[in-house]
Amino acid sequence: MQRRMLPRLDQANRGFWTGGERGELCIDRCKDCGGFTHPPRLICRHCLSESVEPTPVSGRGVVESFTVNYQKWAPDMEVPFVIARIRLQDAEGVILTSNVVNCDVNAVNIGDSVRVSFEHHDDVYIPVFELVIGD
Amino acid sequence: MNLEAYISGIGQSEVGMKLPRHPFLLTLDAVNEALQEAGLTIDQIDGVSTYPGRSGPMLGFSPMGADELIDALGIKARWYAGGMEISSQLGAVLEAAMAVKTGQARHVICFRTVYEAGAMANPKEYPMQRRERADGYSQWFAPFGAISAVTWTAQYAMRHMHQYGMTREQLAQIALNDRANAMLNPRAMVQEPLTLDQYMEARMISSPLCLYDCDRYSDGSTVIIVSAGDALDEIKCQPIRIAAMAGSVERHSWDQAELMACYATGKALWEKTDYTPDQVDVAQVYDGFSFQALAWLEALGFCDIGEGGRFVEGGHRIALDGELPVNTFGGQIGAGRLHGFCFAHEAVTQLRGLGGARQVAKPVNLAVATSGGGPLATALLLTTD
Repeated sequence: MQRRMLPRLDQANRGFWTGGERGELCIDRCKDCGGFTHPPRLICRHCLSESVEPTPVSGRGVVESFTVNYQKWAPDMEVPFVIARIRLQDAEGVILTSNVVNCDVNAVNIGDSVRVSFEHHDDVYIPVFELVIGD
Repeated sequence: MNLEAYISGIGQSEVGMKLPRHPFLLTLDAVNEALQEAGLTIDQIDGVSTYPGRSGPMLGFSPMGADELIDALGIKARWYAGGMEISSQLGAVLEAAMAVKTGQARHVICFRTVYEAGAMANPKEYPMQRRERADGYSQWFAPFGAISAVTWTAQYAMRHMHQYGMTREQLAQIALNDRANAMLNPRAMVQEPLTLDQYMEARMISSPLCLYDCDRYSDGSTVIIVSAGDALDEIKCQPIRIAAMAGSVERHSWDQAELMACYATGKALWEKTDYTPDQVDVAQVYDGFSFQALAWLEALGFCDIGEGGRFVEGGHRIALDGELPVNTFGGQIGAGRLHGFCFAHEAVTQLRGLGGARQVAKPVNLAVATSGGGPLATALLLTTD
């Protein structure tokens, strides 16, 4: 497994980075207007309400764009690997940077359907994505 | 009373990798060259503006701040500024222009000093602070190995290829043009020719961007002096008027910006002037990565969005003798990663006809200079009128 720089947990981001413990991808959602906010900011970026809470979404998405990274940015980095921007299917306006894993790096294309899975490191659960075959 | 802002003296140090000369002295070299051109003495300088200020965690990225220059040179500053939270590198020039327009200062030294190659060679004096955990914006991409701007820019380039059909052969023209122009610039860091075959066979860094799509760490300093309209009688060089300027930010995150900020900035620039893109004689556009320059050409209205690849195809249009010469000094890819300020420096050089072997043959009266990629962008429209 790739060694990763982990995020430091705080009040705003804990829901996102720990939802994977329950297998849930959690995005901040507003209880007043229903809008999604990412990155999480303790308020809703659509109506500025403070009534936001990390809310499970399906974890399905589409590859908005991607790159195959070949450069070792750290001595222990395993290359190549796919970095992708994932547009979430049921969290309007939310795009996550992540990795598309468990496939040939040349198999990923823009528009591909993907599904979340989680890598557990210390106290965080990193959401990564896998291709949904035959979708 | 002339309330316009002008560029007077410009200066640049030697540029290279792992220069033995200390970054403060490189800055001093650029300051002295700019003062000499303007015919100003340090006593006449009353403002300093820099990007991004001294960077403690990454000292090579910005080894000195405005306060250090003010103290060391005994500048009697009435106004100064330096910081990273601005619309990219040339935002420091934009701020200085606002300062002279509002009477905060008459002559402002704007500088950008980089020592990234030197710092890597001397980690004891220039340590990189390593964080245990990512926070702020970096937490949204560092955990995924997306720690270099090339991985972020590559995704915009990949999207462009998918959406509009840009090819690697087209994108290559930015790098080939840079490298050809750099060979005519005595200060350029890279002085070797590059062929399309070499480009196509180069190793990938972050697809679709290969080695030659990227600038390289450099050491050097660039200075732009911004002078007030009613202080022009104090300078001896040809004043270059800042006809329009614009800057923007797009969610301040490479991770979330769906469109690079250059598109909003390019549009805003033309809303502030009666000049039009077809009147521009040379374009000096940010090319930390080749695709950023291609996007800037679209963003500034030289072609439609999505047409950038076809616009630069074959390279003739953007060559020194083309209809829109681009990055006539070699850009960052050829001349060195001087980080934004080099584009304004070259725009002024071409407007004054001082480009030497790389001077474009046609008269140059209107030039655009830009900085920034991803979520940050600044554009300056400069003129001899």
